[in-house]
Amino acid sequence: MQQVANYMYYAGGGGLILIGLYMVMAKTNLVKIILGLSFLDTGTHVLLVAIGYVRGRTAPIFSEGMAETTPVVDPVPQAMVLTAIVIGVGVLGLALALAIQVYRHYGTLDVRNIRGLKW
Amino acid sequence: MIVIEAILILLMLVAAVATSVFRDLISALVMCAAVSLLASLLFYLLDAPDVAMAEAAIGAGLTTAMFVVAVRKTKRYEE
Amino acid sequence: MRKAVAFMLVVVVGAGFCAVLANIPFGEDKVNVANRYMRNGVRETGAANIVTSVVVAYRGFDTLGEVTVLFIVAVAVGAVLPPGKKPAGEEKEEASLIVRTGSKVLFPFIVLLGAYIFLHGHLTPGGGFQGGAVIASGFLLLYLAWPGQPVGRKAFSAVESLSGLAFVAVGILGIVYGVGFLGNFLPLGARNSLLSAGVIPIIYVAIGLKVGAELAGVVGHLMERE
Repeated sequence: MQQVANYMYYAGGGGLILIGLYMVMAKTNLVKIILGLSFLDTGTHVLLVAIGYVRGRTAPIFSEGMAETTPVVDPVPQAMVLTAIVIGVGVLGLALALAIQVYRHYGTLDVRNIRGLKW
Repeated sequence: MIVIEAILILLMLVAAVATSVFRDLISALVMCAAVSLLASLLFYLLDAPDVAMAEAAIGAGLTTAMFVVAVRKTKRYEE
Repeated sequence: MRKAVAFMLVVVVGAGFCAVLANIPFGEDKVNVANRYMRNGVRETGAANIVTSVVVAYRGFDTLGEVTVLFIVAVAVGAVLPPGKKPAGEEKEEASLIVRTGSKVLFPFIVLLGAYIFLHGHLTPGGGFQGGAVIASGFLLLYLAWPGQPVGRKAFSAVESLSGLAFVAVGILGIVYGVGFLGNFLPLGARNSLLSAGVIPIIYVAIGLKVGAELAGVVGHLMERE
């Protein structure tokens, strides 16, 4: 039980990364591949924030009345993940615009029929 | 507390597998929004309120909207 | 064939994850780099939110790079999708009365909430990116209620460019005052008050407006080009 409680956040983040990897590699619809890309991003973010967590401490915001020596969790992974979330949505927007253009040009979203994307 | 967190993580993984399996792309997008929502809850439970707000606003809101617009302009069903 | 190879690769990568993550203990004290930010963060930058001070003050250069990436995305989406020509048999379905009235009532409050979030970024959880995303959601509501009429598209480009210029100008003012690029040159002020933490509120206002205009512009581009 204690082992499960220790590593379940890592299992959650790692599991999401593996599901995203499977979707990018094995699916043939372009929108499903882009969904897998989004899962890769989300899984990495969960894993990063889980590594920065320290038990027994509180959120890194010193509101009114909190002493400056209160122990807090690690703020650096949270700052990196904040940047990464916004860049992820930017990449997704551009990927969807490209997918719309591919559909207009080829008439299909199946990667097996699009020339130049053979595996 | 550990039970709640374990249930949330399990639900997130189940929703991710459901996204991969569904043939109707709109249902897959709804499951993707559910994954974002549960990830935002997990960020809150890991003492990261800034990241939780960002993931809720961007992941469950704008990403789903962009995907729905893209699916409407292309095919709705896989294959 | 494709699924079998993908499955084997997933198993191999999963085994690699297990081997590496078993050596990282969960929930134990492993902060070394962040000790300085935690101990001296409030005193050096004046912001109560340590994540804000790390994003804007200590790692401000990474934020500048990220703002540049968002700008490239906005430009590229406009370049990839061709100028829309209305196809012949396109009927403009109007949204129902509830959606139109509700969005007219809700839109000012959503923009107000987004502005509140990025103005108080140094005191409460929040900041420029979250506030910008909330403002973009408000504009998405307007696009859904009145499809085919992009609201304020030229204003988005102007706001986005001016906010980006304001961010870089604040950085260069830091050089002029002799504290380095993106250094702090305003007085720190009292803790937990609105006008504190030096240049951090100014930078976050610029980032909030820029991200809001960019995300709303990208969603508008995707929705309108037929």
